[in-house]
Amino acid sequence: MERFIFYILAVILIVSAIASVSSKKMLRSVIYLLFTLCGIAGIYFLIDYNFLAAIQLTVYAGGIIVLIIFSVVLIHHIEMELEVAKLSKKIIVGLACAIGLGVFLTTIYSHQFNVVENYNSVTTEQIGLKLLSYEDGGFILPFEVISVLLLAAMIGAIVIAKGKKMEDGRPKSEVLNEDK
Amino acid sequence: MIAGISIYEILTVTSILFFIGVYGFLTRKNLISILMSIELILNASVINFVVINKYLYPDMLQGVVFSIFIIAVAAAETALAVAIIINLYRQIASVEIKDTEIMKY
Repeated sequence: MERFIFYILAVILIVSAIASVSSKKMLRSVIYLLFTLCGIAGIYFLIDYNFLAAIQLTVYAGGIIVLIIFSVVLIHHIEMELEVAKLSKKIIVGLACAIGLGVFLTTIYSHQFNVVENYNSVTTEQIGLKLLSYEDGGFILPFEVISVLLLAAMIGAIVIAKGKKMEDGRPKSEVLNEDK
Repeated sequence: MIAGISIYEILTVTSILFFIGVYGFLTRKNLISILMSIELILNASVINFVVINKYLYPDMLQGVVFSIFIIAVAAAETALAVAIIINLYRQIASVEIKDTEIMKY
């Protein structure tokens, strides 16, 4: 049963990821990315990391996707089609990616993993204790650093997005072009 | 671990995801699309952390904690990138790569 679910998830992941990087419509490609992220949350559910799946769904599917959709709607004209790369470039990049994938897969399949058979599940409590423990192997310092980083990113995003006003109603590029 | 699924199959799926992300990163010409490809790459690596933690070292939690940190950094990065893109759009009225050739003013 779990086998089938994993294969279905894998097919959803790969198909929607390919659709996401090759779709010509901007908004559709964001929605395909949303499918991919939900599939990844499904994989976390399958390997019994419920907390991580919840984080994936809230932060990625709920936060980042909404942010990207926001920027698409602010910036892009919906009916406008994306500019696509030349066919020759696509083929070259595709070949390079296929070669890289081949190298990855040969390395993975030639390596002997000593897998430990286990079905114990990790609770949220364990993760929280690990995050906040200041003994050996605890993660209290990175946790604090991440909190400072998030604060800095928040302030930075506000400062950057505020920007400067356009000069007398025109975008700055036009003013710049006249100056040249 | 998932019953009946070996670690090789999951690593194959994540490698394919990673290279789809690299493909999108190199072929797309729009800044937002490139941001989305980066999300794909980051997610593939996060699954790798989690799966290797679960299959090889089930008593430890390092993989889970690191993936939480990666997700936090990815969220911060996306917020900053969206802010930069919006500011760029105000200044040059475009988010295509070929138009973004000046760094300031």
